Amino acid sequence: MIFSEQWIREWVAHDLAPSELMERLTMAGLEVDAHQAVAYDFDNVVVAEVTQVAAHPDADKLSVCTVSDGETTVQVVCGAPDVRVGMKAPLAKVGAQIHDKPGKKPFVIKQAKLRGVESAGMLCATDELGLLTARAPKEKAPGLMELPADAPVGENLRDYLRLNDTSIELDLTPNRGDCLGIAGLAREIGVLARQDVKPPAMPAVKPVIDDTFPVSITAADGCPRYLGRVVRRINLNAATPLWMQEKLRRCGLRSIDPVVDVTNYVLLELGQPLHAFDLNKLKGGIDVRLARAGEKLTLLDEKEVDLTPDTLLITDETGPVAMAGIMGGLGTAVDKTTRDVFLECAFFSPLAIAGRARAYGLHTDASHRYERGVDHGIQHRAMERATALLLEIAGGESGPVTEATGTIPARREVVLRTGSIRRLLGIDIPIYDVLEILERLGFALSHSGGEIRVGVPPFRFDVSLEADLIEELARIYGYNKLPKSGGLGEQALTAQPEAVVPLNQLRQHLVALGYQEVITYSFIEPTLAAKLGSEHSGEPITLQNPISADMAVMRGSLLPGLISALKHNANRQQTRLRLFESGLVFLKPGEGEGADQWARTQQPARIAGLICGRKNPENWNQNKQLVDFYDVKGDVEALLALGGETAAYRFEPAESAPYQTGQCARVTREGETVGYLGALHPATRRELELDSPVFLFELALEPLTRRRLPRSHELSRYPEVGRDLAVVVENAVPATDILAAVRENAGEHLNSLRIFDVYQGDAVGKNKKSVALGLTWQHPSRTLSDEEINSIILKCVNALEQQFNAVLRS
Amino acid sequence: MADSDSLLQQALAAISESGDEKSLEGLRVQYLGKKGRLTAELKNLGQLPAEERPAAGEQINLAKRQVQQALEARKSELVRDSLSRQLAGEALDVTLPGRRQSQGGLHPVTVTIDRIRRLFEGAGYSVAEGPEIEDDYHNFEALNIPEHHPARAMHDTFYVSPGTVLRTHTSPVQVRVMENGKPPFRMICPGRVYRCDSDVTHTPMFHQVEGLLIDEQASFADLKGTVEDFLRAFFERDLAVRFRPSYFPFTEPSAEVDVACVSCGGKGCRICGQSGWLEVMGCGMVHPHVLELSKVDPQRYTGFAFGMGVERLAMLRYNVSDLRTFFENDLRFLSQFH
Repeated sequence: MIFSEQWIREWVAHDLAPSELMERLTMAGLEVDAHQAVAYDFDNVVVAEVTQVAAHPDADKLSVCTVSDGETTVQVVCGAPDVRVGMKAPLAKVGAQIHDKPGKKPFVIKQAKLRGVESAGMLCATDELGLLTARAPKEKAPGLMELPADAPVGENLRDYLRLNDTSIELDLTPNRGDCLGIAGLAREIGVLARQDVKPPAMPAVKPVIDDTFPVSITAADGCPRYLGRVVRRINLNAATPLWMQEKLRRCGLRSIDPVVDVTNYVLLELGQPLHAFDLNKLKGGIDVRLARAGEKLTLLDEKEVDLTPDTLLITDETGPVAMAGIMGGLGTAVDKTTRDVFLECAFFSPLAIAGRARAYGLHTDASHRYERGVDHGIQHRAMERATALLLEIAGGESGPVTEATGTIPARREVVLRTGSIRRLLGIDIPIYDVLEILERLGFALSHSGGEIRVGVPPFRFDVSLEADLIEELARIYGYNKLPKSGGLGEQALTAQPEAVVPLNQLRQHLVALGYQEVITYSFIEPTLAAKLGSEHSGEPITLQNPISADMAVMRGSLLPGLISALKHNANRQQTRLRLFESGLVFLKPGEGEGADQWARTQQPARIAGLICGRKNPENWNQNKQLVDFYDVKGDVEALLALGGETAAYRFEPAESAPYQTGQCARVTREGETVGYLGALHPATRRELELDSPVFLFELALEPLTRRRLPRSHELSRYPEVGRDLAVVVENAVPATDILAAVRENAGEHLNSLRIFDVYQGDAVGKNKKSVALGLTWQHPSRTLSDEEINSIILKCVNALEQQFNAVLRS
Repeated sequence: MADSDSLLQQALAAISESGDEKSLEGLRVQYLGKKGRLTAELKNLGQLPAEERPAAGEQINLAKRQVQQALEARKSELVRDSLSRQLAGEALDVTLPGRRQSQGGLHPVTVTIDRIRRLFEGAGYSVAEGPEIEDDYHNFEALNIPEHHPARAMHDTFYVSPGTVLRTHTSPVQVRVMENGKPPFRMICPGRVYRCDSDVTHTPMFHQVEGLLIDEQASFADLKGTVEDFLRAFFERDLAVRFRPSYFPFTEPSAEVDVACVSCGGKGCRICGQSGWLEVMGCGMVHPHVLELSKVDPQRYTGFAFGMGVERLAMLRYNVSDLRTFFENDLRFLSQFH
């Protein structure tokens, strides 16, 4: 809402300077977004009359004018094509200063010769004086600013147009539809300045003709009140008076024609939208009803829309003529030839309008107000105001008002207990303040004991509870005058479960391993999702209204985001990367009943990482080896180890997109899949135009956050016994199986088991490998004998021979 | 006995010229060994007259001790020399960089959320998280935003299906906690939120931390105290804070919170749009309908809620000028937070 500060002063005689007014409005919840002077700062510009116009001897586009400024007559060279004898226009006299660029030197009018002809001043256009429409500040005026014929020659233009005014733009919250008009703002400012509001007189117009047009309401809930009035024989070519044009301009609207200007004026003044139909284009009578299947309407913006059944319509006997409260139809619009109009002034209920305009991609001044709520007690007043103004400007003869009513909203009453004020705000507001604030805001009060019965006026759609009234009191009293308490109630320790690895610890661990955390969008490019998709990520969930095609589906995996971050950095010469991200992924639920399907959407948290490039950062003493599978695996093992239950996890060979077969492992915990790790498939890598090998991991977060509480046991005082063992097996035998077989046969006192060498080469034969194992044992209460160990080793070797055809390597 | 004296002189000269431990050992054998020359002198004492023997013997023994001392002294000298030669050979340029893994780091949004978390955890708040694909009820209805409410236009919502959205705030997490628990409540909900809006100052995804306290006596004064204390603790400055009335469907009264511009201190600059104030949070007393919908008795309990944009706070705290850089994941940007 943009409003003229001066217009408010016509309603309420406050003494706040504009800057003070804006501060008070902001601090009362009506946030001032912007403000600007309604004209440039200038002086020495007066109302002047053009008395002679002659062609310039040396320039086709210039004329030489004789201009009277009331005191003297001067010669002015003028470039405007529309200058003519008898015209009144602003004259910037010699010496006038126009501050057209804030903070810069003013433009000064000097005595000058233009193409050899003396010129003593400048006739001005609106844009040259900064009389711009707030919503279209860059617009170039087509010609001189024509002043009314009765403008007093010689009067200072600033005084004549009352230009010491500010356009103030408010960013109103959606609950304050009542402030979308001068009347509502005046009420608000009246409360802030503790001044009475005195609206201008708006007497009813006496009908001079009997003509009416029938009106009925079918949609009683959607349209509680509909007023119509016939006005005949108006002159659409009449000029809108300058005072009205100026008020419209200062509130951000341009002057169009008398009918549009009058309806806009009343919209701005009272917050009541009106619509004018060309009476002769309406057939039969008006009915307000909901749209029927298949109905269409061509709107004023010349677009035809298919109407949905929840759309409230104004119809005549031929069908829809307007979308109620949103936009009129083209077929019944007022045009240049219109002589007779049918004025509509209605109250449509917010629920009947809300969301509809948006559904059609529309947003109008009318829909903006109806959605938020228009005063449902104001239609008669607005109709009389509009009629009077229209008759004053465009002439014509008015008929009587026809009114149809639907279900008028009941008047609400709210009880305010003074004790509740303290309970919610932590302070008592003096009762006389409470009463004055509420009364000035338009509430009807009856006060007895600790209770105030508060009647809610029809323009306050946002007040229905005690808390709503307390907010009104708080915001007018001043939030910053309310007390602040240091107390947060009783002290409370927060639970800190210890058998949990916090996500933050997992993150910090990766950071210590050289990983950089990234945060990528949860919506990703469908083709990338497809390239990197797997049964692990499933079919992606598609957004109904994505912001762009490359953010159209929800991620089912963290890998596409990591790959995108990799590509972004690779394109900026970063070749060695270690990245990770944690967050939710979104798994499409199976088909089911309606909305129920989406309630079953799985949204597990995962943690994923990516490494590529050199194993070590480039340094004078480190080799240039590239990362391989065992680097990423080592990092994954380090993460799993944080829970203290490494034995619960297994790595097994797996085939899964987008990993390279043969370099991909599935991680399981007690049979449940935790995630995958491995090399990005070379074919996928080529498609993504990535040069060097990339290794990835993606794990479910939940298993990683489970921790075993430590349980200490006594240390053995007896020596540890160690043996090494090397066996030759087929290449395909997984190391983990060998370890499992050994562990099973190595007795209960096995302390550690590790692989310290794997050898492939001529010495062991083709497709074979030698695996060297180191074992240690320790008994809690005695020294283990050589015989015991020898028999254990024999058992292990036998098991390996039987299970894997292993041969003991000497 | 001139002989032992000259022998001693020969021995001492040879020892001082000796260049390694091996030749020293040779000299020890040569003079002091079983068949050594000084040892032989001792054996030859018997050939001397008895009265000369004690003096001669003493002289030889003295010579032996002197040789022994000289040998030891020379030996430690040689060890010292060889060690210092070895050390000289092993000297490094200690100014060369060490060998290590590269430096990783957390994303600044994570850093900021962790900071906010720690401050509130210290005040007894627990941390709750929830789904990001949310149903219409929890994202809107339960928060007093019925269908077609104009406030829905303030949330440019992404839809997965007509009744399923990407959450536009983390408030639905609070609703879920209230539904499943019993008051009093004291929690914060950090997380990703989504709005269908993208320009210089908006990204379609960003992070919020919302807080909720429900108790029998929570008032607007407690809200003001909590929010002011938090902001001063977060920025580690005694900032001016002001509360402006505003509107959120789920709180009543509602407020926007401004702090004095952290860049200019309130004088007015580019960061604060010359106003001297920066809007940093929204907050208010929980709307009675919201309590009722989540089965909390509004006659018995009151509460307050507050919410902040994490990127906004991170930008102010760390001097980040462009919101979009948070999600480009450019290492040159991210490494600035190491």
